[in-house]
Amino acid sequence: MRRWRTITSSVPILYTSQEQVDVYRFSLPTAIIVPLLAIFLQAFLPLRFPFLAMFDLPLLVVVFFAIARRSQIAGLLTGAAIGLLQDSLTHQAIGVYGIAKTVVGFGASSLGAKIDVDNLGARFLGTVFFYMLHEVVYFVVARGMVQLSLQWSWRHELLSGLANGFLAVALFAVLDRLKQRT
Amino acid sequence: MENLITRYGAVSVLAGVLFVQVVALAVQVKRTDSKQESTRLLRVWAVSTITPLEKALVWAQSSANDIFRNYFYLRGVRAENRELKQEIQRLRLEQVRLADDAEQARRLQLLLGFKEKFIAKTLAAQVIGSSGSEQSRSVYIDKGTHDGIEQGQAVITADGVVGKVLRVFGSSAQVLLINDQTSGVGVILDKSRLQGVLRGTATGQVVLEKIMSDEGVQMGEVVTTSGGDQIFPKGLSVGVVQQVKTGNDSFLEIRVKLAANLNKLEEVLVVTKMDQRAPTPSEVAGTVRAVDILTQRLPSVPDKPAVDPKNPGAAPTAGPLASGTPTAPTKTSGSAASNAAVGNATAKPTGTTAAKPGVTAGATGGAGKVSAATKPAGASASANPVAGAAKSAATGGASQGVTKQSTTSSPEVLKPTTTASPGVTPGAIKPAVVQKPANSGTKAPDKSAKPAADKPKSDAPVEDNHQ
Repeated sequence: MRRWRTITSSVPILYTSQEQVDVYRFSLPTAIIVPLLAIFLQAFLPLRFPFLAMFDLPLLVVVFFAIARRSQIAGLLTGAAIGLLQDSLTHQAIGVYGIAKTVVGFGASSLGAKIDVDNLGARFLGTVFFYMLHEVVYFVVARGMVQLSLQWSWRHELLSGLANGFLAVALFAVLDRLKQRT
Repeated sequence: MENLITRYGAVSVLAGVLFVQVVALAVQVKRTDSKQESTRLLRVWAVSTITPLEKALVWAQSSANDIFRNYFYLRGVRAENRELKQEIQRLRLEQVRLADDAEQARRLQLLLGFKEKFIAKTLAAQVIGSSGSEQSRSVYIDKGTHDGIEQGQAVITADGVVGKVLRVFGSSAQVLLINDQTSGVGVILDKSRLQGVLRGTATGQVVLEKIMSDEGVQMGEVVTTSGGDQIFPKGLSVGVVQQVKTGNDSFLEIRVKLAANLNKLEEVLVVTKMDQRAPTPSEVAGTVRAVDILTQRLPSVPDKPAVDPKNPGAAPTAGPLASGTPTAPTKTSGSAASNAAVGNATAKPTGTTAAKPGVTAGATGGAGKVSAATKPAGASASANPVAGAAKSAATGGASQGVTKQSTTSSPEVLKPTTTASPGVTPGAIKPAVVQKPANSGTKAPDKSAKPAADKPKSDAPVEDNHQ
């Protein structure tokens, strides 16, 4: 217990002041190409490998950008844009993914101001949490407004959340190279 | 006030963005019934952005596969070619048999004035992408309005039904799969002839609805399209019944396993044109007969053996049989064909035959009639090329009334053998057909029929003319 306390105190996960927070920005090509690439892969890969449908690459990109930028408005706008683009590829009404990812973008950027985004554990847990939040919002909107007959499965959602969490750890490490310190 | 805006600015923006999206969603849901689509522009932009990348990647992938297949995978081509040729021969005979069945159906339709819908034109398309959502089961194809694709057209594969075209763009189209929960297909069960509606579920499975719980539905029963939805033509394969349960209401809960693998779609066919018309008499008459195909593949017919006028009963000398080459067809009254028909008839499950082996065509009233008469009512097309070939040969042969021979055909080696015995004048021949049992499930016509094991392995003709 003592050792654990030493570690946590030496590497703070929770920031105590805004001065400690590193805020990053991204170049315009990166900000456009990365979300488009995520949506493209999300639409293309499950055709060849159906099990990959459990991953939500656009969601991971929303979480990454929101956490790295740490701007709530930028985060929710990024989430809304990516969500609406993802919606427009489906055959359903546009806005279900948009609303869910808007909420996630806002939440992730708010939390990003208080969490060390370079910590692997925080990235994993944060992604699992935001995946579940995304699914809950999607489920509520899809059933409540669009009246889709969705079935909630805790097992499926938790497994997908964990899978997305692991993928996020690897993906964020790659995307870190695209960061530009402000 | 300014402090409040600064402090709650992000929350205000969040509320505003969410409000706009909720209102837009509500408008779309309200306009679901109307044909005007308010989000068309956004969808066009998104699809125009994403699909070119998908097309490029699919093209690159298929090109790489082609290179691999064309240059590095030629080792088994020769053997495969041989197998494919045999398969083609088998399928040609199968086609003739099916054409025979179709001919009967058309005759009946003509009598009833029945108009049928059938596929007149299809367009092959490649699947380039999906919706990327587990809740929206749809795919994108690389053909659009420029290629003649229209909304509502049926999409199929060789295995079965895939879905229908939902939205069409310039060079792509969105296809709603039949396992989506918003799709529905009118289907009919093959044996029980019960009609229902096939619907997708949230989990991607398909269930058959609107069938009363007191109906008897067997597992494994084939499900085909009924044509009632005005999208899919009647008779397309959909799948088989996988599970039958009694539902909560008065309907059965039938789960169907789809024939087409919707998880691995690569190429599909879009039905771009469907005709609706009654069959014409010329169509009914102008069918290809099995005998024509068999005649084409037979060795050339030699001249009639010369008979010595001084000794008319003597056998023709140096006949083809003696040399071991395929013999010439012996001119008979066509009873061989009728026997072939009988062989086919006895292979049917009911075993109801109108004629026995050895009965001549004159006695049976024509082999073609025998073939039709001995077929049990409602019998589905069985995959029995041998029996089918014999049946078709009988039909064509009897109607033509020309030279026939006893035929020992098998699906693998389709080499008809002739049975004229030397020393017997053609006119005196009473041929009996050696009908090889089609498979273990079929029944030989009688004891005189030669079983498959007795068939000589060599290509030498079989002499089996017992009288």
